[in-house]
Amino acid sequence: MALLLKNAHVIDPQVGLNETCEILIRDGVIVEVGHDLEMAKGVERDLGGKVVVPGLVDMHVHLRDPGQEYKEDIETGTRAAAHGGFTDVCCMPNTNPVIDNGAVVEYIRAKAAEVGKCRVHVSGACTVGEKGEALSEMGDMVAHGAVMFTDDGRGVQDAGMMRRVMDYAAQFGKAVSSHCQDESLVGKGQINEGAVSTKLGLLGWPATGEEIQIGRDIEISSLTGCPIHIQHLSSAHGIELVKRGKADGVNVTCEVTPHHMFLTEENIGDDYNTNLKVNPPLRTAADAQAIIDAVADGTVDCIVTDHAPHAAHEKAREFELAPFGMTGIETSVGCVVGNLVNTGKITWERMVELMSVNPRRILGIERVAIEPGCRADLTVIDPDVTWTVTADEFESKSANSGFLGWELTGRATDVYVGGYATMEDGAITEEPIHL
Amino acid sequence: MGFDHKHLIDIREYSREDITLLLDTAERFKAINERRIKKVPVLKGYTVVNMFNEPSTRTRSSFEIAEKRLSCDTLNFGGSSTSTVKGESLDDTVETLCAYKIDMIVVRDKHAGVPYKVAKKSGVSVIDAGDGKHQHPTQALLDLYTIREQLGRLEGLHVGIVGDIGHSRVCGSLVPALKTMGARVTLIAPPTLMPPVPEALGADAVTCDLDAALPELDVVYMLRIQQERLEGAPFPSLREYSMLFGLNERRDKLLRPEAIVCHPGPINRGVELDAFMADHPTRSVILDQVYSGVLVRMAALYLLLGGDDGAVS
Amino acid sequence: MANSALKSIVMDESEIERSLTRIAHQILEKNKGAGNIAIVGIVTRGDLLAKRLVEKIEEIEGVRVPLGRLDISFYRDDFASYLSPEVLSTDIMFDIDGRDVVLVDDVLYTGRTIRAALDALMDIGRPETVQLAVLVDRGHRQLPIRADFVGKNVPSAANENVRLFLKETDGKSEVEILEVEPGKRAGSAPLGGE
Repeated sequence: MALLLKNAHVIDPQVGLNETCEILIRDGVIVEVGHDLEMAKGVERDLGGKVVVPGLVDMHVHLRDPGQEYKEDIETGTRAAAHGGFTDVCCMPNTNPVIDNGAVVEYIRAKAAEVGKCRVHVSGACTVGEKGEALSEMGDMVAHGAVMFTDDGRGVQDAGMMRRVMDYAAQFGKAVSSHCQDESLVGKGQINEGAVSTKLGLLGWPATGEEIQIGRDIEISSLTGCPIHIQHLSSAHGIELVKRGKADGVNVTCEVTPHHMFLTEENIGDDYNTNLKVNPPLRTAADAQAIIDAVADGTVDCIVTDHAPHAAHEKAREFELAPFGMTGIETSVGCVVGNLVNTGKITWERMVELMSVNPRRILGIERVAIEPGCRADLTVIDPDVTWTVTADEFESKSANSGFLGWELTGRATDVYVGGYATMEDGAITEEPIHL
Repeated sequence: MGFDHKHLIDIREYSREDITLLLDTAERFKAINERRIKKVPVLKGYTVVNMFNEPSTRTRSSFEIAEKRLSCDTLNFGGSSTSTVKGESLDDTVETLCAYKIDMIVVRDKHAGVPYKVAKKSGVSVIDAGDGKHQHPTQALLDLYTIREQLGRLEGLHVGIVGDIGHSRVCGSLVPALKTMGARVTLIAPPTLMPPVPEALGADAVTCDLDAALPELDVVYMLRIQQERLEGAPFPSLREYSMLFGLNERRDKLLRPEAIVCHPGPINRGVELDAFMADHPTRSVILDQVYSGVLVRMAALYLLLGGDDGAVS
Repeated sequence: MANSALKSIVMDESEIERSLTRIAHQILEKNKGAGNIAIVGIVTRGDLLAKRLVEKIEEIEGVRVPLGRLDISFYRDDFASYLSPEVLSTDIMFDIDGRDVVLVDDVLYTGRTIRAALDALMDIGRPETVQLAVLVDRGHRQLPIRADFVGKNVPSAANENVRLFLKETDGKSEVEILEVEPGKRAGSAPLGGE
């Protein structure tokens, strides 16, 4: 079965592609990239006006499965991923039970293979139950396909424990990814500590509570040699610490989210919108600007969403009782293309590095490039379409987006995973795919 | 006259004219509170729910008396009867209350922002009776009323607020209200009891030197050390707190002759105020504040329930 | 005043004065002297008339009877559409128990004001009798209330406003009939114009 993608603007910095050309796919693999390609038999797609890039990867999502399927499950979470333009996600281990052993890794991979609409990679917990007390069975989880280790949702509180985690993880060649949050400084902090927290009478979550563990974990990476990936940077100084670590030659990478770039604490007003309660919190406009600058200058390695679905009744609670997190996997491309690419802040090549190339490299998963021999994991984007974010358009089970009502420009229209369409013209395909 | 508020939640939304009208209206209720039949029929038939999700005997009593003196039907809802204890969500509780066809909800909650949620969900008038560390507007109004009554004005007065500013919902309303009325505000506390950005409240000055500040003040507003709200011991001992930030007989001599002392109550005797100051015959206006509470709450109820739909012609 | 147009002047200053003098005499006659009388005026305007009545009674009898002011804002049955902005609180600095209280108002119309005033008075004490003196009775009663002393009966239409102006507050003393624009409220007006 062959597929010929025509008239699209193809961009892949890995092979120096930035031109309108054709892509010929056979049996899930790219066989030819060029002009005036011939196809004996198969399907032709005219993608005039669209951009084709190597399949996008969101390496920080919460699928909530097992345990909290009322918020999201592997089927709806991967449908949402496909709807957002992603071919791959990496899910976080703060499920119930926690992904801290091979059996849970196996469960997720098996279920994803059965019902998933994208490739699902699994992050295992680095300590048992994410309690920060004892090493998890990382070896067993690697044997079952785990690609990274993190206690996401919490920081590992004890520096000695973090050193042990990184020492131990180093033998598997996997990165440790760190949710940086010093609980003794953050306490019950709700939003960024500052003028807005003072005005709204909410306990502050100081940036220092994040930065102190960023600094610590970069130092421990330097001590142990284990690669460290800093999650969802939210502050200008946090960016600075990563930049310094990189300059010092430490094997440190980092990610940022659209919400930390395009929303700030100022968006939290008298409506106490719980969708804007995220962890780490939305910070100041200066922080958001510093993150955007770091995305542009190369300091930031990946854009992720930290897609964190929560049921409506949970987010309808009192602000201080509502859970942290917002969904994002279906708005990420719109945020990035409209606000960063179309405005010239970053190039398409940079966007591909941030959302496709670098996440695969950090996760240590198969390289995907638009060249013959690579598997056909591709994302097609309409860069000019303007659309309004509404709850009823989401594929996710939850609608706790901080961008509801926003007008975004740029949206994925088609997604191919191993040559199979998971989304065509904006609609999820219902035929099962075989991963 | 243009009183067109439906809610009393954020005192920042009240102009100087609004606050003046509220205080003047409170003044009119004074005579009613001082005669034998302390009741007028003006809000007859209105149903007000006192939704106190956090225990508060004083504030609830004050609202209840105010409501009864205006002939409202009142329903006290909260404490051990609170549905939220049984796992019912706030939204469901509010919808249930609204099914009774009520006219107003007075909300006290330990979580900031709840009055907004209640207002949005219920569609009826809402008075914030204290929400978390956010605001407590009727407390601020009763303080303004007391100060105005005692000193004859608010404009140009210098008010020092001493104590646990960082955890104080009183400050969240009092500081902006004082600023609206043209007073000068100095916040006085150890750095560990200051909010992250004290200026965000609108204060003119921030200091940790009580002795230096006292001679400048017309009003010393002592906040209660809310021991139940203090996490991680922001000062070494009550003894040291009292030594540095307590108002006592020695510090009385630093005060201007006409200066008054306010406290939202209940007092921790021996901590923020010693008995000499708490019971000071000319300076302490603490009981006047309690009385003013009934008056300003009557005024708020009256204006919010009556001032709606074209009251103003 | 923008809402209504003057139709006629039904009482001028001298007529008002003569009416008050007559009412003062009638009050004294009915109560057999000034001994147990107290005069209570309803804000706003009734209190000013009450003051004049007290002065007239003093001229006639040489006795200064107690004078009070009654604010009925908190007793009205239509307060949602009538929120008085003036701060003129009830001011009755004497015991009304056992007194013959003469309530004074400017214009008697629907009777609702008087109903509210009676309630307000009863919450203050227990007068022996309550009598009603008004400068103008314009008719259109909605409640079974009548005046004991009337300055002048002025037949009026429902779309008219009968208003008393007094030089103490308005710079002129007269009773006017004004035509009210459709949709606007007819009735006694607040102090100092709309």
